[in-house]
Amino acid sequence: MLHLPVLRWGQPYTSLDVDPVVHFATGEPIANVSRANGGLIQRDMRKASRARDVLREIPVDELIARVGKAGELYMNGTLPMGDGTQTPDEFVRAQSASTGLPERMCRANMKKNSFVLAEMRGILTSLTRGLQFDILTRGHGEERGVPVSYQPQSPVVGLVLPSNSPGVHTLWLPVIPLQIGLVLKPGPQEPWTPYRMAEAFCEAGIPREAISVYPGQGDVGAAVLESCGRSLIFGGTATVDRYRGNPAVQAHGPGFSKILIGDDQVDRWEQFLDVMVDSVLLNSGRSCINCSGIWASRHTRDIADALARRVVAVRPLPPDHPESSLAAFTVPGVADAISKEIDADLQTSGVTDVTAQHRGDARLIKEDRADYLLPTVVHCDSPEAAIARKEYMFPFVTVVQCPERTMLDAIGPTLVCSAITCNGAFRRSLLDAVHIDRLNLGPVPTTQLNWLQPHEGNLVEFLFRARAFQSADL
Amino acid sequence: MSAQTARDRLDAWVREIVDWHFDPATGCPFWLEFAANAGWDPRREIAGFADLRRFGSFEDEWLRGGPVQRWIPRGLAGKPVFVFETGGTTGVPKTRVAFEDFRIDYELFSATLPDEYFPKGSNWLMLGPSGPRRLRLAVEHLAQYRGGGICFCVDLDPRWVIKLIKKGWNEHLQAYKDHVIDQGVTILQAGHDIRCLFATPKLLEALALRLESMGTTIRKAGITGIFSGGTEFTPQWNRFAHEELLDGAYMTPTYGNTLMGLAASAPSGPHNDYKIAYYAPQPRAVIEVVDFDDRGRLVEHGQTGRVKLTTLTKEFFMPGFLERDEGEREPACDRYPWDGVSGVRPYRGFASTTTVGVY
Repeated sequence: MLHLPVLRWGQPYTSLDVDPVVHFATGEPIANVSRANGGLIQRDMRKASRARDVLREIPVDELIARVGKAGELYMNGTLPMGDGTQTPDEFVRAQSASTGLPERMCRANMKKNSFVLAEMRGILTSLTRGLQFDILTRGHGEERGVPVSYQPQSPVVGLVLPSNSPGVHTLWLPVIPLQIGLVLKPGPQEPWTPYRMAEAFCEAGIPREAISVYPGQGDVGAAVLESCGRSLIFGGTATVDRYRGNPAVQAHGPGFSKILIGDDQVDRWEQFLDVMVDSVLLNSGRSCINCSGIWASRHTRDIADALARRVVAVRPLPPDHPESSLAAFTVPGVADAISKEIDADLQTSGVTDVTAQHRGDARLIKEDRADYLLPTVVHCDSPEAAIARKEYMFPFVTVVQCPERTMLDAIGPTLVCSAITCNGAFRRSLLDAVHIDRLNLGPVPTTQLNWLQPHEGNLVEFLFRARAFQSADL
Repeated sequence: MSAQTARDRLDAWVREIVDWHFDPATGCPFWLEFAANAGWDPRREIAGFADLRRFGSFEDEWLRGGPVQRWIPRGLAGKPVFVFETGGTTGVPKTRVAFEDFRIDYELFSATLPDEYFPKGSNWLMLGPSGPRRLRLAVEHLAQYRGGGICFCVDLDPRWVIKLIKKGWNEHLQAYKDHVIDQGVTILQAGHDIRCLFATPKLLEALALRLESMGTTIRKAGITGIFSGGTEFTPQWNRFAHEELLDGAYMTPTYGNTLMGLAASAPSGPHNDYKIAYYAPQPRAVIEVVDFDDRGRLVEHGQTGRVKLTTLTKEFFMPGFLERDEGEREPACDRYPWDGVSGVRPYRGFASTTTVGVY
């Protein structure tokens, strides 16, 4: 069985505490993962500046080339995985086995990560708005005749990573070419991507001492956040609330992404049904960019009914089935709790589980050790219903009846908003709405990302501070 | 001492303690009333440790609320008495009366400390929970008992720490930890020639990291011997501390609480992967590891179960108290010819509601 050690600035460290990673369906151990402890991280972080130093010795252009090569290795190579190795197929199988995500979705997420690495130059050009990369290395320079200075706020970035979707790793991939070190705390069920990516980077020529990987429990996540000047953390609403306003932490939580249909377009809603289905179902509804709310002023029952008829076709299939679209819940009790919470919300007047009418059986399916929640479409007569503001880690969507004029006030925080309207005034309001992060105007699936654009904040602005700088000859 | 001798000694001690606590002339009101209602006479029916199961489980709630005087043995009436608390972050804490037990417990523990690292007459620093707990007085007595050392103390209120954690007030938590460590560092640098330290693992780690950031170490600050304890004291942390924090200072893990006393540990290190096995100071206290469902049944050696404590002193009789911890039953070792427990961690039944590592 594989053993994945702690990586302390690239050096493997075998802990006396190990956590098993098990197959979600069989319970069979797949790997043992060394568990770090908080103090160990705090000690290591005393040498964090070394990570930036070694990266700064390599020009950004060269780092971009190397991470491009890393992307190829990550996608196609046989790479070290702890004390063993993994082919791409073995990686996919392991990731699927521990996260419950169907293998085809694991492959899709691999492609996503690999694409970002391959397109790094364009992504960095976009995120830096065309800044000469060597200005980031030197800390100052001149752009369009104006002195500019960018100061990194931390030599390393801490990442407290989730287990739900390997696609989120795209967010931190630009860090290394920005000459900032990586301090990764993998999700307990998804250690695979951080380790494979770290090995791909190293084989592509990124210095080992620029990357640390600290698997572990809550104290490890806390130590990463405490020790790194800048961190990203992935979690639930409570996590986001906890770190709101903390300039050192960028918290990524539920997206509450939505499709809004304006009054001018809602009468031809059938034309947008595919966009709605894709937005709900892609990646088994696990992403923050999956649509969890469809809002319109009329036809909402018909929309919900049509959507429900489409999504009820999705059933659990073996993870290696080429059409498998539904991920399993791998943590015992979670699916039960979610299903019960939905049932409780359905007691509210004007709230209906439309899928229940078409499914014919229960929402929760138990197969051996795995639990599945079948896609669920809930209709709400009003945005007042509590369930209209819920998001879950499976294909779940509410279709909410709400007048267009009050829609923007009622939707709440929204990571991705696809607004289907040609109404100029409504579009203007959408553009001005500060509680919407990513805005798509037109029938764009909420899950369709343009990688050249920032996601929940610009990573470069998070890591570097633009400041005044002057010098005089001596 | 052989295992059989230890067992005989324990059984004899149990009879003596039961005789004391259930004699109307010497027992405390609580146990005398218990016996009156039980319909059986413990003095006649308890012949040894195994018979204590007749008492069933010692109820947590018996120790909450007053009057605390119901726990004072008549045989000790009039002597100066302490009351120590445990728990109490919310609600009424558990209380235990004590006269000399904490001193005796720590004198026995003292015999396990190597003089090389805990020099007689040297000064101590106590960096841990004080207030209504016995720890401060106990460590202070340990220092005094070991050749007249002086114990410097830094206060820590664990109930406030637990509230900070539950409220998610991380900045306050960090500030409070810094406040405690600031005081510890100040005392260490004040020229008191402190050689020995008690600290909880969290505070020891924080102290070591602070000293490292100042370009020094625990050892260079003068500390040669440390004793520490808590359920977060894992083999990995033990190893990390020895390899990276202590700079050669000696550290011994301990397990204990206000109710039981102090269990020392068998030697641990690279030879046994830093495994920590605790052994109660028999016959004054006994640690058992029992089945999660059948609390009267010991698990096999090496198997996991819930920690059950029994305290057997003339000041306090506590048969079969189920601790909030679990662990693996350990066989006797050279130093301790009776069972111990290793891998102590919060009991899985309470783990999600227990706030650990607060100090």
